Amino acid sequence: MSIEVNGKTYETDEEGYLANLNDWTPEVGAAMAAADDCELTDAHWEVINFLREYYEEYQIAPAVRVLTKAIGKKLGKDKGNSKYLYQLFPYGPAKQACKYAGLPKPTGCV
Amino acid sequence: MSEENDGKKFMFVNRRAPYGTIYAQESLEVVLIAAALEQDVSLLFIDDGVFQLTKGQNTEGVGMKNFSPAYAALGDYDVSKLYVEKESLEERGLTLDDLQHLTWEDEDDDWAEKDSIRLVSRDEVKKLIEEQDVLLSF
Repeated sequence: MSIEVNGKTYETDEEGYLANLNDWTPEVGAAMAAADDCELTDAHWEVINFLREYYEEYQIAPAVRVLTKAIGKKLGKDKGNSKYLYQLFPYGPAKQACKYAGLPKPTGCV
Repeated sequence: MSEENDGKKFMFVNRRAPYGTIYAQESLEVVLIAAALEQDVSLLFIDDGVFQLTKGQNTEGVGMKNFSPAYAALGDYDVSKLYVEKESLEERGLTLDDLQHLTWEDEDDDWAEKDSIRLVSRDEVKKLIEEQDVLLSF
């Protein structure tokens, strides 16, 4: 599978996750979201950028429970809860946000 | 301790060097899955497995991803028991200072930061192994 952004083609796996981490740009993330009928707001980007920083530091995409806790610690309790995160990413915060962030599917996600 | 959790006690035994084979990386992957499923997970590092926790790993030239930063995320996954066998460290000329400083936050103690790595003797390792429900050796 692949996704086309501004005339450039990017390879993805069968679930739409970017094959090559280094291909990612914000435009690619936005195009992936658009394909899911999801328009990314600042609130979405806050989570996406957080995931990219987490991956940069630990080299893994965190499981949803870990993501929720870590967001709460960094951005406050009103954001570090399932309700808030599922409103932003109804397909599952870790799964869906990792995809737009160009990261692999989180470990432990079935 | 086990009353808090209906799950079984899982111990992952790591006894190989981090690179050259895929065992160490695969072990860590399964640890993260077990921890995400909220099982009672501990890790044991013996023999060359103690090299997995060393600081400053650089894999340029071996053609494998340096996955060692992920050990620092184990605390986020509530994995707080990383047992390292003292004798294995000593036999390789290593000390605790050669290993990453890994911590976890204790929810029951006002989120105090505590060390995850616990040095244990060969005799203590035997006892720990006997306490487990499931042992997975990598």
